[in-house]
Amino acid sequence: MSVPTVEMNGVAFRYPDGRRALDGVDLHVHPGERVALLGPNGAGKTTLVLHLNGILLPEVGEVRIDGIPVVKGNFLDVRRRVGIVFQDPDDQLFMPTVQADVEFGPANLGLRGEELAARSRSALEAVGMGQAAGRAPHHLSFGERRLVAIATVLAMEPEILVLDEPSANLDPAGRRELAEVLDQLAITMLMVTHDLPYALQLCTRAVILNQGRIVADGPIREILADRELMAANRLELPYGFDPAGW
Amino acid sequence: MKLAATLLFVGAVVATPREAFWVFAGHAAIVGTAATIGRIPFRFLARRLVIEIPFLLFAILLPLVGRGERIDVWFLSLSREGLWGAWNILAKATLGAAASIVLAATTQVGDLLLGFDRLKVPRAFTAIMGFMVRYLDVIIGNLDRMRVALRSRGYAPRWIGEARALGATAGSLFIRSYERGERVYLAMLSRGYAGSMPDPDHTAAPAAEWIGAALVAGLAAGLAAIGWILR
Repeated sequence: MSVPTVEMNGVAFRYPDGRRALDGVDLHVHPGERVALLGPNGAGKTTLVLHLNGILLPEVGEVRIDGIPVVKGNFLDVRRRVGIVFQDPDDQLFMPTVQADVEFGPANLGLRGEELAARSRSALEAVGMGQAAGRAPHHLSFGERRLVAIATVLAMEPEILVLDEPSANLDPAGRRELAEVLDQLAITMLMVTHDLPYALQLCTRAVILNQGRIVADGPIREILADRELMAANRLELPYGFDPAGW
Repeated sequence: MKLAATLLFVGAVVATPREAFWVFAGHAAIVGTAATIGRIPFRFLARRLVIEIPFLLFAILLPLVGRGERIDVWFLSLSREGLWGAWNILAKATLGAAASIVLAATTQVGDLLLGFDRLKVPRAFTAIMGFMVRYLDVIIGNLDRMRVALRSRGYAPRWIGEARALGATAGSLFIRSYERGERVYLAMLSRGYAGSMPDPDHTAAPAAEWIGAALVAGLAAGLAAIGWILR
């Protein structure tokens, strides 16, 4: 089998205040997979995501990205491979113009000049925001800012795209447009979300995290249809939604 | 390059001797030309100039309180020295402010930052300015939402004791901004930030721009120099 893009072995983590956030997580994501990471609030989803690029380091266990251990000397390499799109695009877009922001990541990787410009152009075009390059992030709509935030990460040509609540705060049209953009990206994806229909639409596999442990891992349709499992983990489908009927 | 020209122009204006009325007229002509080229309506310029009114009020006081030889104008006895001082402030402040307004009105913030960069202002300063520009809107939006939430719960302070909620608002605004700062930092780390902002491409300013800037600055400096010689 191929080298997994993400490999977490027995990862445990405790916050400085003693709260246990991850309690022995084993997770493998293989190239080309699209995985939804589900779980109630406070389950440790965001903590897990921050382990993928070394923002947080495990107390116990190890994390590997494309076989490369996530340890201090490898941060730049790992952060190029793992593209995290945070929930609030205002946190992610901090440069005065869209283009400068998209160029921030690849410039940190050492790209300059025409190469850098080409990267940012193709990243913006991949999310359909090519016309926004010269604009200021605060002049864009929320949905546009989310798309640009994704472009800032795509510009680093990551191996895996990690999205934290991609559909949050989007209007229905923006939500659909984002799904169309994500669907045509040929990239491994890990999506943290409470929006279960969205997860079903875009992902083939689901992982449920609860109290710092992975309690279920399998094809998303089966997981969403397992009423007991869902109820035990505070997961609920929207009223009238039937995963089998999709 | 407009930035360099503006800085040098303001320097020249300040260096102009105050007795040289015609030199000030020359300076004004330069700003006027720049404003015309930039298609800035006069009313826009005039409205923005309101910012210097506090300084002008101070200038008006000078002739009244100044010392030395006095001149009687109508029913007021004015100080000669004070009059010169007032004229000096009035002329130089107006010209300086007008030049800055022309610059600001014809330049995008991004270009302004790039200009500072080309003038070798340290990266840290331009980065901070960039962050300020970017997040001012976000923070003001935050404040607006908090204000609306306060009002929606019937908050309408009428005396000072009721203003406590405002203090709390300021406090939580500070904490929110601080937390945002941390999240932004995480986002930067995730994209390979390692302690220094990437250098923007040092495409030097085109020669034509340099010549234009040198022309404006040189003209103003020349006028100032002639003013000193003919004094």
